Amino acid sequence: MATAAAPHAPAERHPLLAFVAIAWSWLFLLLLVLFFEFWARLQYGSTFVLNPYNLQSIALAASMPLLLALGQTLVIIAGGIDLSVGFVMGLASVVMATTMQATSGLHPGLSLLVGIAAALLVSVIPGFISGTLIARLAIPAFIGTLGMYGVCRGVGFLTASGTTVPVNNPWLFQLGNAKVLQVPVPVILTAIVVLVMHWVLREGRFGRYTYAIGGSKAAAVRAGINVPRHTVMLYMLSAFCAGIAGVVYTARFSAGAAQGGEPLLLDSIAAVVIGGASLFGGSGTIVGTVIGAFIIAVIQYGLVFINVAPFWQFVAVGVVIIVSVLIDQSRERLTGGGRRDE
Amino acid sequence: MSEPLLQISGLTKRFGGVTALSDVGLTVARGEVLALAGDNGAGKSTLIKAIAGVHSRDEGEIRFKGQPVDFATPSDARAAGIETIYQDLALADNLDIGANVFLGRERFTKFLGFLPRLDRETMRRESEKVLEQLEIDIETRKLTQPVRNLSGGQRQAVAIGRAIYWKAELLIMDEPTAALGVPEQRKVMELIQRLKAQGVAIIFISHNLHDIFAVSDRILVLRRGRNAGERAIGATNGDEVVKMMVGG
Ligand SMILES: Nc1ncnc2c1ncn2[C@@H]1O[C@H](COP(=O)(O)OP(=O)(O)OP(=O)(O)O)[C@@H](O)[C@H]1O
Ligand SMILES: [Mg+2]
Repeated sequence: MATAAAPHAPAERHPLLAFVAIAWSWLFLLLLVLFFEFWARLQYGSTFVLNPYNLQSIALAASMPLLLALGQTLVIIAGGIDLSVGFVMGLASVVMATTMQATSGLHPGLSLLVGIAAALLVSVIPGFISGTLIARLAIPAFIGTLGMYGVCRGVGFLTASGTTVPVNNPWLFQLGNAKVLQVPVPVILTAIVVLVMHWVLREGRFGRYTYAIGGSKAAAVRAGINVPRHTVMLYMLSAFCAGIAGVVYTARFSAGAAQGGEPLLLDSIAAVVIGGASLFGGSGTIVGTVIGAFIIAVIQYGLVFINVAPFWQFVAVGVVIIVSVLIDQSRERLTGGGRRDE
Repeated sequence: MSEPLLQISGLTKRFGGVTALSDVGLTVARGEVLALAGDNGAGKSTLIKAIAGVHSRDEGEIRFKGQPVDFATPSDARAAGIETIYQDLALADNLDIGANVFLGRERFTKFLGFLPRLDRETMRRESEKVLEQLEIDIETRKLTQPVRNLSGGQRQAVAIGRAIYWKAELLIMDEPTAALGVPEQRKVMELIQRLKAQGVAIIFISHNLHDIFAVSDRILVLRRGRNAGERAIGATNGDEVVKMMVGG
């Protein structure tokens, strides 16, 4: 056909440039690690990345924002955004802690199970509400989830009577702090959720519909996809991931805190964006989000490691977000349009 | 002649106070191409949406293959064998051809014998086959790229391919060439002829008399929501069609 007539027919670019444009986040993560590694060798005469303690700390630091970012990835691919995840996580954490306090007479394992169940059950409620507002009442995602941000924040603090809720339960402590073959349990949990979400997004019908909705809502509707129902499920899934993060938080600190997830909201969105998802919807991957979360965690941990004032973390992450979006926008040009979105 | 594939009588559709269609009748036989013409706002799009299950109707009857039908959703109409291609095509631009052709009706394989997994390979191959059948070439590397990288005519072909892959017996197209360059318009017209040869019935809306006279068997003109005239294409000419459109 007369493709040559199309005014924006993409040209083939240098394969190396195209490779860098597609794989830049991997390369950037690699460069970051190498940088801190050289720094450690030159300044301290030690190793950064080969030290298991450092690796464990980075993976732990990445795990909670990553859990939030997993559901967020799907929401963003579908063209939405979920601002409520941080306080949904806090609410789940507080609900879990108060439930476990109330059931402290039971066997510790049973009390833990009841606490987890309560946290996960409660966590999907705000997702259901914001999803319904967005999908059925045409409230913008930004507003619907901002509303739930406030509601969960308030209800979280009310449930916790304004303080943190300590829990004394050895099983809970193990869940948050034990290691299996040197790998912290929260990291293992997060890895499992990553695998499930990756499969759901890439190989499942649910993921395919998520991309379709983000690409063209009209196309999804006409293909017979129940877009409102799917949208509600996306926000419930995001809230559920936040609920799991709340469980991990409670386990790590043996306490519930309504504000526990507050600083993680922006990290979660940053991880998704650095991972290559577009805030306009239609593109993004779980693998990208994992890389994004690790880039943030390595920057945060690495800067502390080399004794830079911790506030520089914010500057560094901010710059990385902007650079990643700039690269993303020119990627079409650099790769000659050859990239896949899923 | 055997019974018509689609037969509509007395169709009336109101939007609040506006009567968009009033007592409209229409028939299409198998393998026939019917052009639907009329001025802006004459009710052409409303008519095909009433057929495709997008709009409910206020009065009238629609028979498909002799049976009275009442599609509640576009999916119902598609399941019955009526595919509609809207002017905006409604492709998911971020997905590849296979994903678009199979959107909402995905194929799965089993991973390790039990885990359901999208069967990208089959969906790609099948879509490729349909496009070949339409004699549309698309560069191999573009088969796995998002369809936004395709030209307008190729995208139109994907939308048509999606419709016919599912063995549509009636294909409805709303201004299929409006957004295309001249060579691509010609390609779509060829497509319509090829589908007709395969026995597919087609209703297409067009403002382009040249296209209408090139491929259709009959023309039906609407004016202000009413039948304004119907002619076999060999028994009319441009002047008469324009007169029917504007009245007088
Ligand atoms: N959803 C709707 N709500 C209210 N009025 C509508 C709606 N859809 C169509 N109409 C009205 O029905 C009439 C017929 O519109 P329709 O879109 O069917 O015209 P058309 O023949 O397709 O015109 P065009 O050639 O411009 O596409 C117009 O007066 C239009 O304003
Ligand atoms: Mg119209």
